[in-house]
Amino acid sequence: MSIIGVDVGGTFTDIFTLDEASGEARVAKVPTSRPDQSAGFLKGVESTGSDLGSVRTVVHGTTAGTNALLERKGARIGIITTEGFRDTLEMRRRDRRATWGLRGDFDPVVPRDRRLEVPERTLSDGTVETPVEITAVEQAARDLLAMGCDAVALVFINAYANPTNELKAAEALRALWPNPHVSVSSEILPEIREFERTSTTTLNAYLQPEVAGYLQRLEDGLRAGGLKGEFLLVQSNGGVMAVGTACRLPVRTALSGPAAGVIAAGYIATTAGYDDVVTGDVGGTSFDVSLIADGQSALSAQTSIDFGMVVRTPMIEITTIGAGGGSIAWVDKGGLLNIGPESAGSEPGPVAYGGGNDRPTVTDANIVLGRIDPDQPLGGRERLDVEAARQAIDKHAGLPLGLSIDDAAEAILTVANARMAGAIRLVSIERGHDPQRFCYMPFGGGGALHACALVEECGLARALVPRFPGVTSALGCVIADMRQDFVQTVNTTVAALDPNDLAKTVQQHIDDGMGLLDASGVTFEARDVVVELDMAYAGQTHTVAVPLPVMVDAGKAIRPTAEAIGAAFDKAYKAAFERLLDGGVRRILNVRTSTIGRRPKFDLSTLAPDPNAEQAKPYGSRKVRMGGQWHDTPLYERLALPVDSAIEGPAILTQPDTTILVEPGFRATVDTLGNLILERQAA
Amino acid sequence: MKCAVPDPLNDQPTVDPITLAVLAGRMEQIADEMDATLFRSAFNPIIAEAHDASHGLYDAQTGDTLIQGKSGLPIFVGVMAFAVKAVIDKAARDGDLADGDVYIFNDAHIGGTHLSDMRLVRPYFRDGKLFCFLASVGHWHDLGGAVPGNYNPSAREVFQEAVVLPPVRLVRGGIVQTDIIDIILRNTRLPQSARGDLNGQLSALDLGVKRMDALLDVYGAPTVSSAFAQLGTRAETLMRAELAALPDGRWEAVDYLDNDGITNEALPIKVALEISGEELTIDFSGTAPVTAGPVNIALPTTIACCYVAMKHVFPSLPANAGVMRPITVNVPENSLLSADFPAPTGGYTETILRMIDVIFSAAAQALPDRVVANAYGTINALSIAGTKANGQRWVMFSFYGGGHGGSLESDGLNHGNAPISTATIPPAEILEAAYPVAFRQWALRSDSAGAGMHRGGLGAVYEIELLEEQAEAFLFGERGRFAPQGIHGGGEAAKNHFTYQTDEGWDEPALTSKMVGIPLKRGQRVRLEPPGGGGYGQPEDRAPDAVARDVALGFLSETLADQTYGPAWREAAPKDDAA
Repeated sequence: MSIIGVDVGGTFTDIFTLDEASGEARVAKVPTSRPDQSAGFLKGVESTGSDLGSVRTVVHGTTAGTNALLERKGARIGIITTEGFRDTLEMRRRDRRATWGLRGDFDPVVPRDRRLEVPERTLSDGTVETPVEITAVEQAARDLLAMGCDAVALVFINAYANPTNELKAAEALRALWPNPHVSVSSEILPEIREFERTSTTTLNAYLQPEVAGYLQRLEDGLRAGGLKGEFLLVQSNGGVMAVGTACRLPVRTALSGPAAGVIAAGYIATTAGYDDVVTGDVGGTSFDVSLIADGQSALSAQTSIDFGMVVRTPMIEITTIGAGGGSIAWVDKGGLLNIGPESAGSEPGPVAYGGGNDRPTVTDANIVLGRIDPDQPLGGRERLDVEAARQAIDKHAGLPLGLSIDDAAEAILTVANARMAGAIRLVSIERGHDPQRFCYMPFGGGGALHACALVEECGLARALVPRFPGVTSALGCVIADMRQDFVQTVNTTVAALDPNDLAKTVQQHIDDGMGLLDASGVTFEARDVVVELDMAYAGQTHTVAVPLPVMVDAGKAIRPTAEAIGAAFDKAYKAAFERLLDGGVRRILNVRTSTIGRRPKFDLSTLAPDPNAEQAKPYGSRKVRMGGQWHDTPLYERLALPVDSAIEGPAILTQPDTTILVEPGFRATVDTLGNLILERQAA
Repeated sequence: MKCAVPDPLNDQPTVDPITLAVLAGRMEQIADEMDATLFRSAFNPIIAEAHDASHGLYDAQTGDTLIQGKSGLPIFVGVMAFAVKAVIDKAARDGDLADGDVYIFNDAHIGGTHLSDMRLVRPYFRDGKLFCFLASVGHWHDLGGAVPGNYNPSAREVFQEAVVLPPVRLVRGGIVQTDIIDIILRNTRLPQSARGDLNGQLSALDLGVKRMDALLDVYGAPTVSSAFAQLGTRAETLMRAELAALPDGRWEAVDYLDNDGITNEALPIKVALEISGEELTIDFSGTAPVTAGPVNIALPTTIACCYVAMKHVFPSLPANAGVMRPITVNVPENSLLSADFPAPTGGYTETILRMIDVIFSAAAQALPDRVVANAYGTINALSIAGTKANGQRWVMFSFYGGGHGGSLESDGLNHGNAPISTATIPPAEILEAAYPVAFRQWALRSDSAGAGMHRGGLGAVYEIELLEEQAEAFLFGERGRFAPQGIHGGGEAAKNHFTYQTDEGWDEPALTSKMVGIPLKRGQRVRLEPPGGGGYGQPEDRAPDAVARDVALGFLSETLADQTYGPAWREAAPKDDAA
């Protein structure tokens, strides 16, 4: 039996296959098919030569949802809501695109004529003031169908406090809606804050026909190919879910692809003996950073996919800044060198790609300094135009700064590295983590060129380049646990809390979560439940996450005491802000439960280098500029390096999916799993 | 009266441009992190949700803004320099300033804005020497005075607005002076909220000190110090370059405040922008004299507001005092833009919003493509206050949104926040859970946008019903008599409109946009309809399918569409939406 992980990215579809019996792992890369990614997916699985009949699990990390949101290619949908509130989606939280300039407008994914109101009202304490008028709901549904809607979102005000009206309306709606694409706010996010709930529910409906269709095509294709095992999807929270759940809650796939990568990074680093990791993915337009402390990745409660498009569901926290390989370097009128936010992306791309862009990018600086081989660039491109890159750097950075071309190129990298370091500091130092404990793990194609610089700049302990950085996300699919997150707003003070009610809510979450684990057909090594409260002092609107391990024992919810909750809050609050408030009234806003089914992990040593490999020799050398000097730099084939190899910088290590720069003063060693560890040389 | 920001001493070694870029980013990050600390730990939604707060680093000698966080309230970027200067002057008088001191004050006449803004200023020492100042400012929920929430439109002196605290030492050499805290907490209706916000501000300053220590450990004091000076010079160079690229000339604009909250008399705010080479004079001659009611502002606020307006026109300028060096601001003596103690200043937001409007209207004549039409121009501070059945006092205080102006590229944003702030509005569900009210409408306001090739954004309609036995409402708004203006032929937006229910039916305030003590009974409602934004360009240049779409969506009535755009839209199919 085998497990297959498939990650579909913008350019390539990566496949990672693990034969469970032999422990043999195989990787494959095929071009991503457009617009329908399912063709490329199926072709990729086929190309590995796997017999689908002997595949136990196929796990997929997808950007189908993200792309549909970013490119506004979701379905035509409608919203049914409470009288007086049809504009919630368009009014947002009264924000604006940018602090300065006051420009730009906002088009919501559902225009006003497809946002319909019905008479009904629930008050904030859960009292049903006006029962829902079912005939009005039915009429609204018929009107939306007449307008050509494929899916519908149902959002009533205060439905988090009492969903009765909403659920009655949902029943009527589902009875006459011709497909399963009905998204109901109290089912998706029973949490206070109507804009966030409306936006999340609406975007779920917006994705549902598209994502469900795509997943159906995939599943049909896999079944037709003989797959009898299960088909799972990676969620934004880094856990997997069954395909049925994904069709119901497609909004949870919004960050599926990157989340899988972070999960893999955490597993690789922990296995290698490093529990504290900062991952970094250098893309064309952005640098994505995520933090793993004590083996756990940080989750954020919500994210904005774009201005006004808020998704509130737990997601692996990924911090993005606009400094990637394609980011453009420019000198402002005050004589300061800047990188981005404007980017040449992959189209037209850096100057050296010859795609028509004539302003220098970070990648151009790497090319001019010899760090990227112009004759064998990644991604199957033709030869790169070094001279064009030099001229662009001269014109846009060298001349305005009074620097030589080489110095200007190094300056571009210094500023770009400083910005990337800023993002790493944001997720580490700013959260109270000491960078000296952390290991930096680049994944994706471009990250390993900057690894030494970032270790230096942030004072990190070391960098770890995984053996196959280009397929990290596909590998993550294979190892991710199954996870479901639940939330319920309770909105009470600790003193007024009925602990029985709280235990009942948590038990309901546990039952629902375990039910999904049971139904998935997956074998789990263990099952865990994590309970957290969102708490604050009365008057505060931001909450702190308060872990409450005392609430669960052997899979059953236990009634907590007010003292235990109070003590847990004090501990969490003090850790965040240092000062407690004397006599402050402690309040519980939400309870969150996560149910986790632990999937068996595979042995990373199966990826390790051949133990009989001979000591690697350089296959050539190239002039590379580092620290203001050109160095004759030896080139090594990274995958041919045996365990315990040690290479002193300067050196360049190449492999099909990445280039690794070992700067002077650094040493690269290969660990027993084939990971490359970059550390400062001992003085 | 003339006010220009002086050039700092520049006798340090130069920092190379690469290190300078790195340091600028690091220090901005420190200020951002201080902002985030306060937002997350604040006890009142005006800071936590509306981000009515700010943090930064300030010059040790002049108090000039060196670095300011990106997420704080824009107006503070300019105004906090004056707050720090007030502490510098006070310490110079007292002759002692020690490591571990923290000054606190809210006096608006020396620190700018209004009494609700509590400022904490902390000298930062390195190797026993004063290196720079760190400061934190945040809008507190209540500081006494005649009206809960301190927006008292009928105040005639600051004493009716809130308790006034001059710069005093809250912390002496690391020891908190609890006496000062006792005084403050005895003077607020909401002592726990005040105590919580104070804790948050102290935590933000602690964090700033920790981060500055780490930064100086790496780069050393001389390098960072000269980076400060160079960043100022760079800001000045950037501003001069922007101005030099503009034609020389003089452009004027005038607009009006509805009234001062006491007498229903319109108050002109007049500006002339004069560009000469790489310098700019902003002249407010012709503006109304100081008023009895609280629409006055103190001079620091006026200077800071000019900075905000410039930064909207030239968004890439840094948050650094150097920007103002090539700019001279002329404010007539005894003007409502240079009010002395104890003239009331509680409604400063309304006055500076009008200043920004007139600066935009004048600048639009010089820079036709880079300026947007007027936004809705009032923050509409509406508070509803009462006592719950259990005897607990409640004050629901919030600012409400409206439309932004049209621009060269697009229509204005519907329901945005005010140009002087980045405030978000609390969700209706949060307000309903905290206070005994129900929102009966929370919607976009039809026919509120200024017409134009690119119309303004739509304003809003908020209708709020009282669910308790009784309460009182207070409104401090503007734009009830004078509408937000369009530019380049664009039309004006709908005016602000506030009504409330009485036993006899719906009524309106005598002063249109301001009123204190409106009695409400259970089931009675108030209805607030903030303006949209002004239009950009001639209405006849608007695409007929865009007009047809506005009509189809109910943003524009057929009658008004015919009146402003003519009948062409009736032949057009509504422009297809993005989805």
